[in-house]
Amino acid sequence: MKDMTDGYVTADGRQIGPVVMEMKNITLRFGGVEAIKDISFDIRQGEIRAIIGPNGAGKSSMLNVISGFYVPQEGEVWYKGAPRPSMKPYEVAQQGIARTFQNIALFEGMSVLDNVMTGRLTNMKTGMLWQSIWKGKAEREETANREVAEKIIDFLEIQAIRKTPVSRLSYGLKKRVELARALAAEPSILLLDEPMAGMNVEEKEDMSRFILDVNDEFGTTIALIEHDMGVVMDLSDRVVVMDYGKKIGDGTPSEVRNNQDVIDAYLGVAHD
Amino acid sequence: MLYRESGDFSSTYAEDSQTFPIKFDRYRYYFVLFIAIAVIPFMINDYWVNSLFLPFLIYAIAAIGLNILVGYCGQVSLGTGGFMAVGAYACYKFMTAFPEVSMLVHVLLSGLVTACVGVLFGLPSLRIKGFYLAVATLAAQFFLVWLFNRVPWFYNYSASGQISAPERTFFGIEITGPNTQAWATYLFCLMFVIFSAYVARNLTRGSVGRKWMAIRDMDIAAEIIGVSPLRAKLTAFAVSSFFIGISGALFFSVYLGAVEVGEVFGIQKSFLVLFMIIIGGLGSIFGSFAGAAFLVLLPVALKIVGVDWLGWPTDIVAHLQLVIVGGLIIIFLIAEPHGLAQLWRVAKEKLRLWPFPH
Amino acid sequence: MPEQLAFTIEVFLNGLMAGVLYALVALGFVLIYKASGIFNYAQGVMALFAALTLAGIIDGQVPFSHLINAILGTDIHHFGWHVPAFLAILLTMVVMIGLAYAVQRLVFRHLVGQEPIILFMATIGLAYFLEGVGDLMWGSDIKSMDVGLPQGLNTWIDDTTFNAFGYGFFIDNLDIVASIIAALLVIGLVMFAQYTKQGRAMRAVADDHQAALSVGVSLNFIWILVWSLAGFVALVAGIMWGTKSGVQFSLSLIALKALPVLMLGGFTSIPGAIVGGLIIGVGEKLFEFLIGAPFLGGATENWFAYMLALIFLVFRPQGLFGEKIIERV
Repeated sequence: MKDMTDGYVTADGRQIGPVVMEMKNITLRFGGVEAIKDISFDIRQGEIRAIIGPNGAGKSSMLNVISGFYVPQEGEVWYKGAPRPSMKPYEVAQQGIARTFQNIALFEGMSVLDNVMTGRLTNMKTGMLWQSIWKGKAEREETANREVAEKIIDFLEIQAIRKTPVSRLSYGLKKRVELARALAAEPSILLLDEPMAGMNVEEKEDMSRFILDVNDEFGTTIALIEHDMGVVMDLSDRVVVMDYGKKIGDGTPSEVRNNQDVIDAYLGVAHD
Repeated sequence: MLYRESGDFSSTYAEDSQTFPIKFDRYRYYFVLFIAIAVIPFMINDYWVNSLFLPFLIYAIAAIGLNILVGYCGQVSLGTGGFMAVGAYACYKFMTAFPEVSMLVHVLLSGLVTACVGVLFGLPSLRIKGFYLAVATLAAQFFLVWLFNRVPWFYNYSASGQISAPERTFFGIEITGPNTQAWATYLFCLMFVIFSAYVARNLTRGSVGRKWMAIRDMDIAAEIIGVSPLRAKLTAFAVSSFFIGISGALFFSVYLGAVEVGEVFGIQKSFLVLFMIIIGGLGSIFGSFAGAAFLVLLPVALKIVGVDWLGWPTDIVAHLQLVIVGGLIIIFLIAEPHGLAQLWRVAKEKLRLWPFPH
Repeated sequence: MPEQLAFTIEVFLNGLMAGVLYALVALGFVLIYKASGIFNYAQGVMALFAALTLAGIIDGQVPFSHLINAILGTDIHHFGWHVPAFLAILLTMVVMIGLAYAVQRLVFRHLVGQEPIILFMATIGLAYFLEGVGDLMWGSDIKSMDVGLPQGLNTWIDDTTFNAFGYGFFIDNLDIVASIIAALLVIGLVMFAQYTKQGRAMRAVADDHQAALSVGVSLNFIWILVWSLAGFVALVAGIMWGTKSGVQFSLSLIALKALPVLMLGGFTSIPGAIVGGLIIGVGEKLFEFLIGAPFLGGATENWFAYMLALIFLVFRPQGLFGEKIIERV
């Protein structure tokens, strides 16, 4: 078992740090249905960790547990070496965890820029009294945060649509705006729920490039759920495989690719 | 030719996020302000002020308040009448208890009191959403009206149960009571309108406005990305009630002078302000003004056409008002659910291209 | 039997019957909400309109007479005939079906797929519109409604309870009849929803418009059906309340009373509307009797139902029988 505090350098020179987040024996139930059964795995600082598995395996639920939206009946989430106390989802976000959603969860009544700016909300602390006057502290904070948002908009190449209401955008662009919103929070951990869903090859290549750039430039730890095996094998450092709520594989992409249980799960061998 | 944005560049983010980025709009805004402050007071008389300007100004403040809650934060409230009553009665108690203090302070304080009451009745919004919340706010509406009717302390134990505004002055000029001058009451209310619009605009374009809109659009996602639903919803109730309270205080003290709570601040009032923001446009400050203007003008216009020109009896005209308002609500919701504000926006966009078709 | 206890039981029984009437109005809401996701604020005004039309037809009033007189300077008011109650009810039902068709065609067909709040506000607009039209058509003065329902103190109950308990319960015949009719209606509607083809189609539409369309359900037909049913329920409610207190504007406010009933019972549940109605009916009257009148100055019926529902909702946001809202993201 790897020591919590050690780190290592990957073959292509990226720095992977110690374990930053750990799921310990998580069990999640909805009424009579057990969505997650006693799953444990860890995520290291700076790595790209893929969570894969057939549909209905419980992957999104796992992300929701990490986000604090679902509270597991059993088990603990450890963050930076200590058990995370029970907290509301917005408090989890304030700790530096941002995410995107499987079915786009953008704010349809706002423009792209406003949506990206909502990603900055955990950072904007000026009181309401100052905001009602606007000039002075509030305007300065708004401008400073706008600069960060614009950097992200540049990075993801969505400048041209910054004032467009998001409801008018295509699916692929919406996904990119969602990524921008998550990145605007300058998170230490980024959770991506099927970022490539519904995209063509070109869009997937763009998105993959963005994900790698994010990890490279900002050192963000990334956990991503993805169905496209090619993407998973190419991008991730380590992979967790889930099936029917259980963990059936955990290791590097090549280890997992040759795991018989994983192969069975994807080929559809009958379960008991 | 007339109305263009080309050549109008912003070189700082601050410039880009100003209220009127297009020069033409900005000048038009200054022009309107000039007319409102420097021209109208000289042309106004008692009849116009009481039938048009005062109700328009006061309802505009209420509409801005309700729009913040419903249009920006997505929390439906049918308690506007009750909250206006809170503002009115708070103002009455302050006026009678502290006769030396300026009316300005009284009105603002009434707003603050209403904000606190609003937060209290807004607490259920943390558990209840959508229609259920709308119905829950009805609890506030009916309870508050009952309260001001039944608890004599609120109307200073007067025999009639009514409250009347005693005479008060502002900078030496009468603004409440029977001897007011039209331009004085007008300017006093206008002052609050400009204040409310200014504050509302600033709040809605800043981070608190974004929190409100995020909750409105998708509250679960909003919470996951870091917005505290408790804080966002309660601040929306607080700010909204603050403005509605001010509007109630002005409605009582400056406009009506005397109030019987069931008649004036009943559920019909709640619907009226709601209609104003629907017709005017949810989530738009301009829409609040447009809706208020429309619904204040309409009965007056109908009365002039129906009673004065056509000679019909007033009750028929009153029934027609219901038919027309109801019909208009439906038409607006079908044709332009985003209200007059959207029609205005589309008109401006077309105007920007005129005389070219696209 | 001690007098206070006897009073309390009497209040309780009257509360039950008021509750049945509330449930009846609430039913109209549930029907429309189940089938179209629209919360029909106009249900109360529909009851008023139905009652006005019925009274107008029975009396042989000329519709829009006031308006016609104003425009043309004539002075007509009545046709001069008197329509028997049963026929008048049928004719009114025809009008209500026509109304359902008009509402469906002119309003809600254009609002398919809009957010619930927009639909709700459309029904508020409809309520105002319908109220104005009703007033223009039949005049806004109070009318009496008499379709031959028994009214007045039920002497049998009064005598029997007096002999048994030393105190005669005052129960109005009308309330008893209303309860029976309402109960029958409820049973009929529940059976319709559960066991008939149209009822099943209605439930499909309530769940998912697109899916229902894809299995061949005609949305328009179901909606017209549902609004007609609601119109029928409104007519019955209008007759009951109208006979009790006369046909006047306050009739439309009973819709407002149905809201806390729905909050308690859940917006999508027919049994919930009934149970909610009974709880509110009894709760309201008992509270006013035991606490409101003696200690709080009375008239608590104006708000008690809402407070009760509000408190209930805080602990159980979907109501007694409503579907539990599981939010996924």
